[in-house]
Amino acid sequence: MMATSYSAKDEDGQITVSGGGGGSLRSRKPENTAFKQQRLPAWQPILTAGTVLPAFFIIGLIFIPIGIGLYVTSNNIKEFEIDYTGVDTSSPCFNCSQSFSWNSSRPCTCTIPFYLEQPYEGNVYMYYGLSNFYQNHRRYVKSRDDSQLHGDMDSLLEPSKECEPYAKHDNKPIAPCGAIANSMFNDTLELFFNDPNGTKVQIPLANTGIAWFTDKYVKFKNPGGDNANLTAVFQGTTKPVNWRKPVYELDKNTSNNGFINEDFIVWMRTAALPTFRKLYRTIKDSKMVPTLPRGNYTLEVVYNYPVRSFEGRKRMILSTISWMGGKNPFLGIAYLTVGSVCFFLGVVLLVVHHKCGNRNNSADISN
Amino acid sequence: MARDTGDPGMDKTPKVKRQRRKKTKENKTRTVHANILYDHAKGEENPNRHYANNKIKTTKYTVLSFLPKNLFEQFHRFANVYFVFIALLNFVPVVNAFQPELALAPVVFILSVTAIKDLWEDYRRHRSDKEINHMDCLVFSRAERRYVEKYWKEVRVGDFIRLRCNEILPADVLLLSTSDPDRLCHIETATLDGETNLKQRQVVRSFFDLDCDFDPLKYSSIIECEKPNNDLNRFRGYIIHRSGRRDALYKENLLLRGCTIRNTEEAVGIVIYAGHETKAMLNNNGPRYKRSKLERQMNVDVFWCVIILLVMCLFAAVGHGLWMFQYGDKRPVFDVLSPEGTDLSPIMSAIYLFLTMIIVFQVLIPISLFVSIEIVKICQVYFIHQDMELYDEETDSHLQCRALNITEDLGQMQYIFSDKTGTLTENKMVFRRCTVAGVEYSHDANARRLAMYQEMDSEEEECTSHGGTLPRRDSVASHQSAKVVLRSQSTKSHRRTGSRAEAKRASILSKHTAFSSPMEKDITPDPQLLDKVNECSSQMEFMRFHSQPASHLPSDLADIIDFFIALTICNTVVVSSPNQPRQKVRMRFELKSPVKTIEDFIKRFTPSRLTSGSNSSSSSSLITNRSSNKGCASMLSSPSAESTLTKLDEEKHSGSLQHAFSPMPPCYDGKAWNVEEGELRYEAESPDEAALVYAARAYKCSLVGRLPDQVTVELPHLGKLSFELLHTLGFDSTRKRMSVVVRHPLTDQITVYTKGADSVIMDLIKPPDTGNSKGKRQKKIVSRTQNYLNLYAADGLRTLCIAKKIMSKEQYACWLQRHLEAETAIQGREELLFDSALRLETNLHLLGATGIEDRLQDGVPETIASLRQAGLQIWVLTGDKQETAVNIAYACKLLDPEEEILTLNADSQEACALLLEESLHYIQAKFLCSSSDQSTKAFHNNFVPFDIYSSSSPSSSSSSHTAPFTVHRLGLVIDGRTLAYALDKSLEDKFLAVARSCRSVLCCRSTPLQKSMVVKLVRNKLKVMTLAIGDGANDVSMIQVADVGVGISGQEGMQAVMASDFALPRFRYLQKLLLVHGHWCYSRLANMILYFFYKNAMFVALIFWYQFYCGFSGSAMIDQWYLIFFNLMFSAFPQLVTGTLDKDVSAETLQQLPQLYVNGQNSEEYKPYMFWMNMIDAFYQSLICFFIPYFAYADSDVDLFTWGTPITTLALFTILVHLGIETKTWTWMNWLCISFSIALFFTVALCYNASCPTCYTPSNPYWTMQRLLKDPLFYLLCIITPIAALLPRYFYRACQGTLFPSPVQVGRQLDKLPAETRRNILSLSRVKVGSPLSPKPLFLSLGTPSTTDCSKKDQRGFPSSKTTQGPVLQTEQQGQRRGPTDSERGLSDLYTLVPTEIDTLPYTKDAPQLSEEPQPPPTKDSECLENSLEASDLSLSSWITSTPLLPQTDSIHLNLPPDGGSHCVRYTRDLEEKLKSAAQRSEQETEQEKEQSLHISL
Repeated sequence: MMATSYSAKDEDGQITVSGGGGGSLRSRKPENTAFKQQRLPAWQPILTAGTVLPAFFIIGLIFIPIGIGLYVTSNNIKEFEIDYTGVDTSSPCFNCSQSFSWNSSRPCTCTIPFYLEQPYEGNVYMYYGLSNFYQNHRRYVKSRDDSQLHGDMDSLLEPSKECEPYAKHDNKPIAPCGAIANSMFNDTLELFFNDPNGTKVQIPLANTGIAWFTDKYVKFKNPGGDNANLTAVFQGTTKPVNWRKPVYELDKNTSNNGFINEDFIVWMRTAALPTFRKLYRTIKDSKMVPTLPRGNYTLEVVYNYPVRSFEGRKRMILSTISWMGGKNPFLGIAYLTVGSVCFFLGVVLLVVHHKCGNRNNSADISN
Repeated sequence: MARDTGDPGMDKTPKVKRQRRKKTKENKTRTVHANILYDHAKGEENPNRHYANNKIKTTKYTVLSFLPKNLFEQFHRFANVYFVFIALLNFVPVVNAFQPELALAPVVFILSVTAIKDLWEDYRRHRSDKEINHMDCLVFSRAERRYVEKYWKEVRVGDFIRLRCNEILPADVLLLSTSDPDRLCHIETATLDGETNLKQRQVVRSFFDLDCDFDPLKYSSIIECEKPNNDLNRFRGYIIHRSGRRDALYKENLLLRGCTIRNTEEAVGIVIYAGHETKAMLNNNGPRYKRSKLERQMNVDVFWCVIILLVMCLFAAVGHGLWMFQYGDKRPVFDVLSPEGTDLSPIMSAIYLFLTMIIVFQVLIPISLFVSIEIVKICQVYFIHQDMELYDEETDSHLQCRALNITEDLGQMQYIFSDKTGTLTENKMVFRRCTVAGVEYSHDANARRLAMYQEMDSEEEECTSHGGTLPRRDSVASHQSAKVVLRSQSTKSHRRTGSRAEAKRASILSKHTAFSSPMEKDITPDPQLLDKVNECSSQMEFMRFHSQPASHLPSDLADIIDFFIALTICNTVVVSSPNQPRQKVRMRFELKSPVKTIEDFIKRFTPSRLTSGSNSSSSSSLITNRSSNKGCASMLSSPSAESTLTKLDEEKHSGSLQHAFSPMPPCYDGKAWNVEEGELRYEAESPDEAALVYAARAYKCSLVGRLPDQVTVELPHLGKLSFELLHTLGFDSTRKRMSVVVRHPLTDQITVYTKGADSVIMDLIKPPDTGNSKGKRQKKIVSRTQNYLNLYAADGLRTLCIAKKIMSKEQYACWLQRHLEAETAIQGREELLFDSALRLETNLHLLGATGIEDRLQDGVPETIASLRQAGLQIWVLTGDKQETAVNIAYACKLLDPEEEILTLNADSQEACALLLEESLHYIQAKFLCSSSDQSTKAFHNNFVPFDIYSSSSPSSSSSSHTAPFTVHRLGLVIDGRTLAYALDKSLEDKFLAVARSCRSVLCCRSTPLQKSMVVKLVRNKLKVMTLAIGDGANDVSMIQVADVGVGISGQEGMQAVMASDFALPRFRYLQKLLLVHGHWCYSRLANMILYFFYKNAMFVALIFWYQFYCGFSGSAMIDQWYLIFFNLMFSAFPQLVTGTLDKDVSAETLQQLPQLYVNGQNSEEYKPYMFWMNMIDAFYQSLICFFIPYFAYADSDVDLFTWGTPITTLALFTILVHLGIETKTWTWMNWLCISFSIALFFTVALCYNASCPTCYTPSNPYWTMQRLLKDPLFYLLCIITPIAALLPRYFYRACQGTLFPSPVQVGRQLDKLPAETRRNILSLSRVKVGSPLSPKPLFLSLGTPSTTDCSKKDQRGFPSSKTTQGPVLQTEQQGQRRGPTDSERGLSDLYTLVPTEIDTLPYTKDAPQLSEEPQPPPTKDSECLENSLEASDLSLSSWITSTPLLPQTDSIHLNLPPDGGSHCVRYTRDLEEKLKSAAQRSEQETEQEKEQSLHISL
């Protein structure tokens, strides 16, 4: 006992002293439990053609209908897209696009006519889309101060270092600070329906309800609490360099002004990919069926946002949505493809199983 | 005298100081003064103050030093430094990718986990230190003038301590006094070396005759000894008395810390070394850290990961540079300036980005891998510990994993190097037969008895297996638990060998003695020899009564009695009586020290004394002596000490003689005698010593008492004789012999009895003087004995030669003079003593030889057979002689009767080179060139697994023979001397080339150093994984050199175990350890490591793909929290469970199909290409996981992290399902863990996303997950992505399982079968190994041959296939039935036992035919041997046969004439056995005998 316990413990450099004596006579025999003897009941799947066959077929059979369903759903979504960047000289916005400046004093407006071939029912969403705009750039993504946007007074006056070099301008703190805010999309889009009878009817665009609920009511807050006088609240701060007007003049509506302006909030949610769209307005189902009837429309753009410097593109998108979001046939196709592949592989395995698997399965061995 | 001085400290100090100064200059010794002298001069004045005190502290850290020290240690690990570097890099603003504090988290986590582990271990050490430090012992206090209780930690060097029975020694103590009248102290050193027998320690000689109680106050000597060292078996020094006299100190005087005092009521000693300077503590080196092969392989791939990482970073950096470049001067609005507002050039940005990417991709280097591996290994070790089948009930011990980090190496072994004695065999020595004066006494009855034990053994085993557990412990009440266990241990060991009833009896009788099972003790004497002994002793008695000189005895009878006396006394066996445990039998007649000085010698051996001594004087002399001594205060203080001594000597001596002839009535009737003697127990240091003593006792020659100065022997008719023991020259491995110098009480001659290995003793035999008849007779005896020795060895017996020598007084005096010089030397004492011993042991007179049987351990042949089937090459390295080793090798199936044996014996370097060259040629000629030969083909077919194995093992580039080596049916036997030549630099390649093409290699007569050299050679040159297994101290070096060292915790002590990585109770457990646990550990870890690489690569690649869509800016769509904790938390647990619990094949199947072990040997679970396959799979899967969400969300209003979170989720699902595909057994733990992981992820994500709206910049994931869970798209993605990602792997696995299943997969399929079916299949394939003596090997080949091959072979027909019809029929039918379906390889191919069985069966069938050949009886054999001996001038050339090399040659012995005159190699062929390669063991033996005799004759 001394010897063995010594050697068991000697890694500690100890001489083990068995003191007292009593009770140490217990056998060292290991317990015969399933766990300790590694005999836990277990499911042991063996991957052979025969055993995995059903899985492949089942996956195939489930995925193909899902894929068809998704594809059909996606196809039912109506979407209209118009590029108004004005790269082309023939484009109505070509002139406006020549200005690379953020702060051109005179707003440039261009009008783009288009024709909707299908009537759009239900809520129609109006997006603006940017291409080649790397909102996911590492330094860009970081360049914001969330506590400032949360309405923190200290951060308002002393923006976080993350906002550098867009934290201060002329020794005044920028509100909202950071590169994201600074580069906020500032085109104004207006939609007119050209009645067949020649009148231009402006389509009412709702600029609220486009941001995440939690963003609007939790994450973003104007400083000074419920103080309605935003001008006073933002006293001592300056507007971002590229902006034309300060943050407290984004909207007349006080519940959509300042940091809780929804266009601003939407912009602040940085896009994942360089080609992205952002919700601009919603066109509510106005009981006038359909929401957007077939016909001619005019898009009027106040062209402020320069994208030509980085080869960017600007688009306006009108879209209805379904339960699965916007129009995107990919998922349906993906399901169809994977389902078919599974089915095909299942067939292959079936052949393999019939040709070679016979002698291997257990039935044969037991013969 | 000390008392006179009154205040010794005062006047001694200056002198002492001077001495100290001198000593410090020398600095090679330590001077110890008694603390008692310096009691009041504490501190400064105490000369011992520089020595360590007895407080031990094995902890590494203190409260203050823990943090810095632990961190420092952890930063020795490169990975940690790397991760800290990355974490710190995050603090640089330009490059930072994560929140700097967050980036520290994983490193801090890993460091703190390790730190907590270290802290806990340290705390455990601290607690145990404290417990030990606070044990009590009695220390002499000067103030109180008595022994007072003190804690161990207060003991200081120079303290006097008193020890009582069963106390543990607190420090290394020089023994000054004991209560034992013999001045002995018994200690048990089990804690140091595991040896359970008692060791005697002697009081320092100067205090020897001090009969009264030792008084510390009177002590005034100074001890000078060596510096502390860790050699347990050495202690040198001397004690300087006040008188200036010096006395040498030996290890016999030193009691070591940790030992336990036994059988001695009280002992007093002075502390020499304390605390950390004690030998026990210096011997504690702690556990060893090895790096396993898998880990080495893994590190290569970690390195590749680093390269991949750098490539990815470089790619991203270049991409970023180009991306920046395309914008030219027009800086886009999203390309934010650096915080300082400076504009970075594309090149600078690229450089910064490179660093950023390293941070982002850091996960690719799996930080948690190292920790996970450690955790998994600890769990694996735990399970190995818990395995019931590795638990030995008889010794109540189970497997110990001493190295915690090489479990998986067990699954990758390729070579096993095994010791023989104690490892393959029981190390239970049983006397089998002997030869005395050239006459053989075969001890047939004894052999029958042993056979009976064997039977009972197997019966009992059955009994045990049916009846469950035996009542194992006898409830012996004892004062100490440790002791009880020790006893019961020996008790249990008896049960193994005897029948149960007998065992019970034995356990009662012999519960206190090692090496004393009834099998070992109850030797049945040979009637012939017994008669002679009786006759001899009665003659001697007659002569004594008639005072005739003993020389009148006929020389053969004299030899017989001398032989038994030698057996009885030439050893270190201690006698004890069982009734009083460990209580020595007091056969005390005198009080005398061995001869220690010349004067002493002269005094003792003056003729006048001798003559007077022959007169018997009053037996009361002893008593008077003792009483006269009583009065003396201290021997040193008495000026007349010397003279007293002399006087004592004389009187004592006369006493001894008187006792030698004490009128003890000889009693002849065995019964009464047995009753008395049967009570004696012998405690021997080695089992063969005990065996010999028991053997002698069977002839009524029994050892009844042993004291340091005398041995008492009881002889028939003569009664008790006391031999005055003048010297004992202990056994050592270089001399290979031991000697005792005694004064024979009957003849009064100084006689040297030597016992040793035959090879050594035979050389020391005095060359017989051929002139007279006596000399002729002597010569005949020597040659006959030599023949019998060969016979014994051929029987697998251990042989020992017994010789004696009679010295004249002058010779002895002359020798003694120099010996004493040697003894007192401090420097080079060992060498001097060695030389001295050599001088003594010359010109011996051969008495006889003994053959001791060492039985094989249970299950050794089976284990070896299955290990070999597992593709392991087994080499046996033994110190035994060639013949013994070869026969044990046959018995344990290491060598096969069917295979050819290549024996290499060379006497010179050149000869050895030539031999090796020839062997190579032979092998090549036979096996490589003659492929058309049928039998060779059959061999090849037989050895397909070995073929696979050896061709896949990397052939060493340095080897001069780069041809692919296959392992043939060859055995190589090489002796130690040849091995020494072969291990030479110039020959080692050739040696290896020969050795590796042999199936088994046997190295005999090898020294420990050679053993380790062989292991090292094989390991380094062949680049294979080696395992060394052994049980004794001589195996330690080998165990340490091998990749995995296994110690057998057997009877030979603990040294091997201490040096080993794994300690097994029995050899046979190696099978399960390797085949099952090794396999499991390996495949689990290999799979886990591969999975880790995959997992990290897959996860990191997601971010890499994203770089293409974020301008290579180093942005990540995965929230940094997920990124950092993904590895540490979300995906960490399932793989740990799988890595710990996954079983690819069940234990039963693994053991029944050892072939599956090849899996690990070839590293099939983790090959380099697998890493790359996994990487490719990882990249594919990440592409799927990235691009499905990418396209699903393309051109949508999704934001960065709302898009990244599904990707994280998908990656998690994919990773878990991937693990699911790779998991072979699903227990509830796996289910639980996977669900836990998923639940954990969602819980954490939900909590995290709800906790704080603004805290987590920049991702700011508030309510992201919550929104995602409402999004049907998320669920659709979660379904399709993992399926699409894992489709290829799943499909591949399924196809692989069907089309080309690996053996392991087939094994798994086998597992699924109902138990009945499986048993049927396995029973076909299982190798049934019969009893050790009936070689019937069946080899199961793993891959080919197909049945078509088999049928061809059948058509071709084997010579004896007709005789095999019966048994083969069944298997053949099966083969045919299966034939048609077997167009491809598969399960049945895997177990193509059918054809192979046909291959091998004929041989066994042939056996009866061959055995009909008359087997030469031993006597005849020996006669013929003698003839050959007589014709010693036989020309060498007559042995040279010019027979051309035939491939069928059965046994090839390569021998060179020892004189080296003609360097020709001969292939001797035995004509009888050529044509069929059938072989039978006995024939092999006889041939070897002949071979051997030839060798001798040359």
